[in-house]
Amino acid sequence: MAEAYFPVGPGLGMEENFLSLDDILMSQEKLPGRAESALPRLAVLMGQGAGSDNFWLLSFLQGSKLEIPLWLAKGLHDSKRRIISVELPKIFREAWRTVFSADANVVDLHKMGPYYYGFGSQLLNFENPENPEIAQTILQTFIARFRRIMDSSQNAYNEDTSALVARLDELERALFQVGQKGLNDFQCWEKGQASQITASSLVQNYGKRKLAEVDG
Amino acid sequence: MAAERGLELVRELHRAAGGHLPPFRTEEMRQALEEMRALYERNQADVSEAKSGRTDLIFLIRFRHCCLLRNQRCLLAYLYDRLLRIRALRWEYGSVLPNTIQFHMSAEEVEWFNRYKKSLATYMRSVGGEEGLDLTQDIKPPKSLYIEVRCLKDHGEFEIDDGTTILLKKNSQHFLPRWKCEQLIRQGVLEHVLS
Repeated sequence: MAEAYFPVGPGLGMEENFLSLDDILMSQEKLPGRAESALPRLAVLMGQGAGSDNFWLLSFLQGSKLEIPLWLAKGLHDSKRRIISVELPKIFREAWRTVFSADANVVDLHKMGPYYYGFGSQLLNFENPENPEIAQTILQTFIARFRRIMDSSQNAYNEDTSALVARLDELERALFQVGQKGLNDFQCWEKGQASQITASSLVQNYGKRKLAEVDG
Repeated sequence: MAAERGLELVRELHRAAGGHLPPFRTEEMRQALEEMRALYERNQADVSEAKSGRTDLIFLIRFRHCCLLRNQRCLLAYLYDRLLRIRALRWEYGSVLPNTIQFHMSAEEVEWFNRYKKSLATYMRSVGGEEGLDLTQDIKPPKSLYIEVRCLKDHGEFEIDDGTTILLKKNSQHFLPRWKCEQLIRQGVLEHVLS
């Protein structure tokens, strides 16, 4: 970790951080939706565009199902639902919610879309009668899984942690890394290395990359 | 369309871990801005038509506007995150960046770096009395004035305060004042040896 680099972190709750790279990638995730108004003439108008608009808008006929990224859903959504209406993705629906409430530790959150908590929080922006249940599920899932993350991050010293982080989503991985950093710093202090000046990890990375370029 | 290029830039930067600065993608940046310009112009044309009654265009205008905002967000985040990385370089590397890193920066970023350096230097001079205070020193609490260091690569001659020069050859060990070597240790030229 380069100590002096502090990137803009993801937003908490229902607000995204505009400049956060994580939030931008998170809002690229798709959600299912449905077109609410008939827009058939647009297909014809699209002919004048630069190529790739066509593919998307051709599917905007009334009632047709679509998969759109979150940022587009947020932009086109309005309370009167004139343009599109959004539906919940599979993992936030009733069936999966009961799975989460049964035992949240076994779920592979990385496979379920690597931004479970972030994306779930953003879903609360669309008025949906199930929002309170969704919010509860996200919260309870986090509470259930947190203990294991904290334990494993504080006890895995100098080991290969890929098995431990494989099923964690991005938020949980960030927490895991924070835990690891704390552990490593403490161990370093215990060994009396806290006052040793080290080459900055940033510099070391640049050095390695340069060697790779020269060789390759 | 749909800010693909902007997103690619963001993805590349996100992949570059540990604060590493990848080369500035001038071409992709130009293409993304071009895309924004095209979307904007089409929207301008359609807005005047929509005002004169064609309400079916409103959705299309809104869609393009969403794409414009998305592009804007991706590009701004890209530029801002790069500046954060460049700022980190000043603190980790020092005020002179090696050429390899400079090649990765655009002209505006180099300009920004120079101005940041100047700002920081002015601030450091104003703090701590007459001589100012070098905030980039002593990042870890010092235990002694002099430290033992070993040379990791040949660095040539090195002059210390009382005038004597030391030849920094690979694997040689020296006992030097802390404030002189801190910079070199952080750059990976010397290694701090604990007894």
